[in-house]
Amino acid sequence: MADKKIAGRRDILLLAIVLVIGGICMLIMALRPAAGDGIVEITVDGAVYQQMPLAQDAEVEIAGYSGGENRLIIEGGVVHMESASCPDGICVRHRPISKDGESIICLPNRVVVTIYSKEEGSVDAVA
Amino acid sequence: MPSREKLTPRRVALCGMMVALAFILSYVEHLIPFNFGIPGVKLGLANLVVLLALYTLDLRDAFVIAVIRIILTGLTFGGLFSMLYSLAGGLLSFLLMAFLSRKKLLGTTGVSICGGIAHNVGQLLVAMCVLETGNVWYYFPVLLISGAVTGTLIGLVGGLMVGRLQKYLAGRR
Repeated sequence: MADKKIAGRRDILLLAIVLVIGGICMLIMALRPAAGDGIVEITVDGAVYQQMPLAQDAEVEIAGYSGGENRLIIEGGVVHMESASCPDGICVRHRPISKDGESIICLPNRVVVTIYSKEEGSVDAVA
Repeated sequence: MPSREKLTPRRVALCGMMVALAFILSYVEHLIPFNFGIPGVKLGLANLVVLLALYTLDLRDAFVIAVIRIILTGLTFGGLFSMLYSLAGGLLSFLLMAFLSRKKLLGTTGVSICGGIAHNVGQLLVAMCVLETGNVWYYFPVLLISGAVTGTLIGLVGGLMVGRLQKYLAGRR
């Protein structure tokens, strides 16, 4: 780099460190086993809305915060958001989830869908 | 350095131009979302202006620009709710970048990387409070990497602009 004020050695080092940390975290998450017999928990605005087994195919209509609506589909141990009333649709474009601790979040409707595996209990109760 | 008390026309004009530039860049980003196909990831073009302001104006002016930018774009493109997210991210990122830009530890790229990551962390914190769940942290690695990548881009471009603007402002004094 021509100018040290823009990007010196320390800047490149910082970038490398951050990328490595992020990469390791992502790798750990990707390598977690699928929670085949886990439960799917749906919360709306912080309160538990519904719980159901991951193994069983289902289609759920979720009444979200302030009139929002989401449709969730569980199929073959994989969960995805079919449709949502919110304008951005981030949760709909979110990749399907199947592993312990993974979640789909719809911010406008305050809907959080999380998978917990049965044996380990909920890891997040501690966090 | 502009004096702390004097509200000179030059200072007012500079701040106004910076706010306008930030606003336009937010608009451009609103029109063409550079989200790299990953939800929640943004290039953060307006951060370019905050970076510029930090290196060419005094801290107070830069802060005012950063906050006004968020309020304006929040009211225009988002809503009060998304403004809350922007505000948390924007303030956290401003504090960190302000601190780092005053130390001579990192170049603009490093400062911008830290700012990008801080921005994402601030938004995650709000999401955690609003949703009352810690689950959002599963998204953290993605945001860490995206913050670093977008921060690098903004930092490189910003660095070039800072150099030019400083030269221009010094010649105009």
